[in-house]
Amino acid sequence: MRRSRLFFLTLLVLCCLASVAWAQESKSADVDPALDPVLEQRLAKLSQELRCLVCQNETLADSRAGLAEDLRREIREQMRAGKSDREVITFLTQRYGQFILYRPQVTPTTYLLWFGPFVLMLGGLAILFRYIKQRRDLIADQPLTMDERRRAEELLAPDPRKETS
Amino acid sequence: MGRYLIPLGLFIILVVFLAIGLGRDPHEVPSPLINKPAPAFNLPQLKAPTKTFSAEEMRGKVWIMNVWASWCITCRDEHPLLLEYARSGVVPIYGLNYKDNREDALSWLAELGDPYVLSASDLDGRVAIDYGVYGAPETYLIDRNGTIRFKQIGPVTPDVWSKTILPLAQELNRETK
Repeated sequence: MRRSRLFFLTLLVLCCLASVAWAQESKSADVDPALDPVLEQRLAKLSQELRCLVCQNETLADSRAGLAEDLRREIREQMRAGKSDREVITFLTQRYGQFILYRPQVTPTTYLLWFGPFVLMLGGLAILFRYIKQRRDLIADQPLTMDERRRAEELLAPDPRKETS
Repeated sequence: MGRYLIPLGLFIILVVFLAIGLGRDPHEVPSPLINKPAPAFNLPQLKAPTKTFSAEEMRGKVWIMNVWASWCITCRDEHPLLLEYARSGVVPIYGLNYKDNREDALSWLAELGDPYVLSASDLDGRVAIDYGVYGAPETYLIDRNGTIRFKQIGPVTPDVWSKTILPLAQELNRETK
């Protein structure tokens, strides 16, 4: 009994130590005290908008791929040199194309992407209105022709047999 | 009958779009550098680090730049083919040794053979960023005016070589000097 308690205690302590070591490791990798916090924030914000080309469903901010680290370094240096976000984006799209942007720019090749949904919606609305109009015409009162009226009167006329009984 | 044709038609259109989408390799990002000037660089040579190699030196020649690294597994698969293409002598192949350790790179070439006229060392990967490299191996075909005419992402397969790169290189070689 005492032995097993000691075992669990040791395990617990080891677990805590391991997590502390891990936390320190990741901290030292991420935060360099020499970095300018304002610039780092700008970098983090911009790299949220950029795709890591190695693991394509990750942003450049999240990725640990070697290329992502290189590109973050490149962006950091350009920002430090006074380049605007727009200039950095131009630099990257000249090399990697629009694909690096999670929000593609509006250019003739992306018109379908940007405006396609609205075109589809307008098309859908047009079909819907036509359908409603058709339906309304169907249920609208149509005046009876002379023949129809006569026949209706015949049908509605009191039944002489019923009357007698 | 007609009322069933419309949803069937829409379904077929959807299937066609999905089939095209599934058939495409998302890793093949079209390069914006095609038909643009090859970015300039000046890098130390792998085998003779005191000497440099620049893209400018290659003006007037049709050449291939192959991005490789000893840590890149696919490069190992591609390597025997590069040796074969280099032997054919149609177009000289130059290497861009991407983010590699010099000793590793040299022993890799010693072990597997060296298809490159020479390799330039891009230790920190800056030149590779200028070339829009996002995964080795990548291969560029550059014409006499220093314009990138073709880019292969991933290994150059025999198919790509014989159907695309070889005919294009031969055509570029025939162009007036």
